[in-house]
Amino acid sequence: MASKDKNLELLEKREEVSKGGGIEALKKQEEMGKMVARQRIITLLDNDSFHEYDLFAEHEARDFDMDKKTLHGDGVITGTGTINGKPVCIYAQDFTVAGGSLGLMHARKIVKIMDHALKMRIPIIGINDSGGARVQEGVNSLAGYGEIFYRNTISSGYIPQISVILGPCAGGAVYSPALTDFVFVVDKISKMFITGPEVIKTVLGEEISMEDLGGARVNCEISGNAHFFATSEQECFQQIFRLMSFIPWNNTRRPLPYPAKKPKPEFEIGKIIPNDPKLPYDVRDVIKAIVDASDFFEIQELWAKNIVIGFGRLNGETIGFVANQPKVLAGVLDVDSSDKAARFIRFCDAFNIPIVTLVDIPGYLPGVDQEHAGVIRHGAKVLYAFSEATVPKITVILRKAYGGGYIAMNSIHLHADFVFAWPNAEIAVMGPEGAANIIFKKEILSAPNPEEMRKQKIQEYKDKFANPYVAAARGYIDSVVHPEETRNFLIHAIDVSINKTENRPQKKHGIPPF
Amino acid sequence: MEEQYTSFFIDDTEYITLLTEKFKRRKKWVSIDKQKVISYIPGTIDKIYVKPNQKVKQGEKLLILEAMKMKNTIIAPCDGKIKYINVQIGDKIPKNELLIVLE
Repeated sequence: MASKDKNLELLEKREEVSKGGGIEALKKQEEMGKMVARQRIITLLDNDSFHEYDLFAEHEARDFDMDKKTLHGDGVITGTGTINGKPVCIYAQDFTVAGGSLGLMHARKIVKIMDHALKMRIPIIGINDSGGARVQEGVNSLAGYGEIFYRNTISSGYIPQISVILGPCAGGAVYSPALTDFVFVVDKISKMFITGPEVIKTVLGEEISMEDLGGARVNCEISGNAHFFATSEQECFQQIFRLMSFIPWNNTRRPLPYPAKKPKPEFEIGKIIPNDPKLPYDVRDVIKAIVDASDFFEIQELWAKNIVIGFGRLNGETIGFVANQPKVLAGVLDVDSSDKAARFIRFCDAFNIPIVTLVDIPGYLPGVDQEHAGVIRHGAKVLYAFSEATVPKITVILRKAYGGGYIAMNSIHLHADFVFAWPNAEIAVMGPEGAANIIFKKEILSAPNPEEMRKQKIQEYKDKFANPYVAAARGYIDSVVHPEETRNFLIHAIDVSINKTENRPQKKHGIPPF
Repeated sequence: MEEQYTSFFIDDTEYITLLTEKFKRRKKWVSIDKQKVISYIPGTIDKIYVKPNQKVKQGEKLLILEAMKMKNTIIAPCDGKIKYINVQIGDKIPKNELLIVLE
């Protein structure tokens, strides 16, 4: 029977193409400690949910003997599937096929699945493992990258975009991940840089290894290009699975609610923060004392640690947390922490995730390097992002809130919906020491015992201003709350904000201080 | 690795906190000495236009530093007299190398 033969032929063809770059190449990939592309997709997605498209795509390159080469699937696997039941579009570059190099057909497959994600309004996940542009295909390869970057930009804020770096991702190729919302890397496997060690050596005479230049750790700790660090691909996939549970399908939906759970009793909210504003503590313990099941999913944990961002749930609903971290650099805002917070705030706003801001900030980081690195324009991003956001915005001032830092951390002046403060909070232009030194300069200097006078004036200032009631008297704080009441106040605030609408003047788009 | 809490001042207030690696490794600011001409890129000395004790005006050509296939003209940052020339034609020099001292 002819049709039976045809059916058999299909299965044979599939099997042939599924070998990617061949048994040898697949073995080599495994020897490098890397999973092969199709296996990665299957591991990440729900069992049996992956459906592959464009399996039989072939390149049309004719130059440099390319017409004699067959590149299975043209080095990329594309399809759809589900993660915990939620649909996603996905692609994975296959390093075993011509080093996962990006040619015209390879790019067309990616672009096609990206267009699909955009049309279906579901998240797109890209697994990058590629030597870069397919040089034999010349400008067609560059065109391919450009089309991908364009779609990354158009999709931004419309559907969640996730990049997973599981191999090299260098040169222009890095700009697709850079345009997406979350970048996942794995130790010793991921490599990301614009110009490699060779070029740097020739041009600048600086010698550096690939790992030290753009390894997973470097991109998580120093450059901040990546958001999640894992020690294995398995761990990386678990992180993606967890992230997906907190975010919605697209910008018209809310994240799916989970059953509400109480925080774990070992996180005692009243016992975390020392009264003395100069002593450190880990603000993540405060978040864990507030969120459901004390389950906090931190983002960019290793970079700009002086601010903490991430997702948790309140009464089952996803919340984005932004919190100063007094444990690191006293919780100041600086160039990196401003970038980190601002981008996260914009993600939350785009995808209907309410923002809870926990404030304990001494101000901005002083220093020539900060000023010259543009802490003014970077710091402005935080003001812009909070002011622009129309999702429910709730602030809790835990302890100190000084100066520009107070304004920037979602103050009522940037139109926070609710601002709560703990009884120990102090809202002021600066700490009592600095303030007393300025206000009482004359008295202190002319006193017979200046040190004694200084202490006395600092105490005087503390007694009068180091409390939340001065701000509360002016309506800058909606309520002074007992730490134990915080969770209930937050849950209620989120509940009453469910229909929040805020109109903005009509415009094409704002001009954030990028 | 044990975490090292240190004292850290902001607006006269002392805080006890951890410092980040990036903060610890930040470059300390040093003011620019205009009388020292330093290479901003590694390369080869192609030409030298001046001699010791020669008076130069701000903007005058001092030498050509060839780097990345470009002949970069290095000019005098201020008026002065050539005190010392630290390089010779044909020298391959790294970045931040002292080229010429003015006085």
